[in-house]
Amino acid sequence: MSGPMPTAVLPPAEPGTLLNLPAAPKTHVTVRGLTKSFSGTPLYSNFNLDLPRGEIVSIFGPNGCGKSTLMNMIAGLVPLDAGEILFDGKDLKDTQIGYVFQNYRDALFPWITAWDNIAYPLKRKGLKPAEVKARVDELVQLFEIRFDLKRYPYELSGGQMQTVCIMRSLATRPEVLFLDEPFSALDFEMTLFIRAKLQEAQLATGTTMVIVSHDLEDAVFLADHILLLTRRPTRIAEIVPFEMPRPRAPEAVADPEFVRVKAHTLEVFRREMNA
Amino acid sequence: MARIFDRRWLPLLGPLLLLAFWQLMISAHWVKAVLLPPPGETLTHMASVFANGDIFPDLWATLYRTLCSFGIAVAIGVPLGVVLGSAEGAYRSVEFLIDFFRSTPSSALIPLFLLIFGITDVNKIAIASFGAALIVLFNSAYGVMNAKKTRVMAAQIMGVSKWHVFKDVLLMESLAQTFVGLRSAVSMALVIVIVAEMFIGSETGLGHRIIDAQQVFNVKEMYTSILVTGALGYLLNLGFLLTEKKLIHWSGKA
Repeated sequence: MSGPMPTAVLPPAEPGTLLNLPAAPKTHVTVRGLTKSFSGTPLYSNFNLDLPRGEIVSIFGPNGCGKSTLMNMIAGLVPLDAGEILFDGKDLKDTQIGYVFQNYRDALFPWITAWDNIAYPLKRKGLKPAEVKARVDELVQLFEIRFDLKRYPYELSGGQMQTVCIMRSLATRPEVLFLDEPFSALDFEMTLFIRAKLQEAQLATGTTMVIVSHDLEDAVFLADHILLLTRRPTRIAEIVPFEMPRPRAPEAVADPEFVRVKAHTLEVFRREMNA
Repeated sequence: MARIFDRRWLPLLGPLLLLAFWQLMISAHWVKAVLLPPPGETLTHMASVFANGDIFPDLWATLYRTLCSFGIAVAIGVPLGVVLGSAEGAYRSVEFLIDFFRSTPSSALIPLFLLIFGITDVNKIAIASFGAALIVLFNSAYGVMNAKKTRVMAAQIMGVSKWHVFKDVLLMESLAQTFVGLRSAVSMALVIVIVAEMFIGSETGLGHRIIDAQQVFNVKEMYTSILVTGALGYLLNLGFLLTEKKLIHWSGKA
């Protein structure tokens, strides 16, 4: 699509279509004209969004605004009523994505070992055993795994299970990784650990990440951009940039810049909550 | 004290108490000796029927019929249950029939099966497999239907084919519930086989042995056969429980 097109071939101008609303530079995922309602109540109508490549976007907003629904629609788990979502101009079916569920216990396959869980998507992609092993070893190194991956998921702690989930979702080198409240079932120690590991993985792979969080601190801590949503019908309240250098240590939460961004985010959130 | 009262011996306490109570009923003349022989004599008689091999033809006949019925029930029930479970609409449309016949005591169908199969071994196996198959089918179908949605979604997101989602996730998910079905089904098969052996003209089997002993008032023989039948049921159940623990190691943990 180089150069202006003759106006005659353009379809009638609708608001917010891929044709008349170009993506921002460095965009990876484009959402255009997204419409979704639940039992007659509109949740999203004509919603547009650009997700930047290689960055972490946290989605945050009031209860019931459809944070998870938005992410699940982009990930193809929830069907759209109307609209278009493209990854680098490709459809979802041509795109490798990863997804980390809130409930790691229900997401892992308990009948195979943790190692086989990580290897499963690779085996199903048709990789040879040696290639599978090489990739899993690579992930083990990246995550500095010290527990025994030959154990079954139910023999691991919650944090270990969630780590295995993240490794499994990264095994196929996804373009985009979706994380649905990945910390909400973890204790604080494991939250710190997984935060650190996610940052390292992101730095090492440059994967675009989308995180839904109900915890403001988690949402801000990992994000390059915090996407704040309004009450339903949901619109973008504000996209707050957070440019603190990485890797961010746990002490970053005391940094004036962190405190400022968090306070600003909270202010927008409270305004939208009361709107 | 601690050494005498080892907790591992606790499971033996119940049976010993029962034997003691049994002996007490006789010693205190609560029941007539013609109705209830002393436990010692009964156990001695049991040892002798095993020693002289008298009970084996009947034991094997019952075991053979039970396992045949169970095999047929599994061969029909598991595939059908899995298929129905993965197409929930299909299951809903036959749910009433399954629940109805599952709730109908299979023994009530014995006369019907008699009309169809006559007084044969096939009849006993047919009716027992019918009752057992419904249990297997029902449990397999629910195993598939109750598969954790998150696991199915996790596999779909990986871009795994529909067939592999079915084989690697749905089928594996259903195994725990299927095993519950298998265990109930083998017990059900034994119950129906015993009843059929009692009331459908039979020359062999523990059921036949029990009713024969009762007819000639050989109470020692009757109690022995009842105890052997009970032991058979218990061992079948135990066998399945142990297999399940080994095979479905994640059952109840995930």
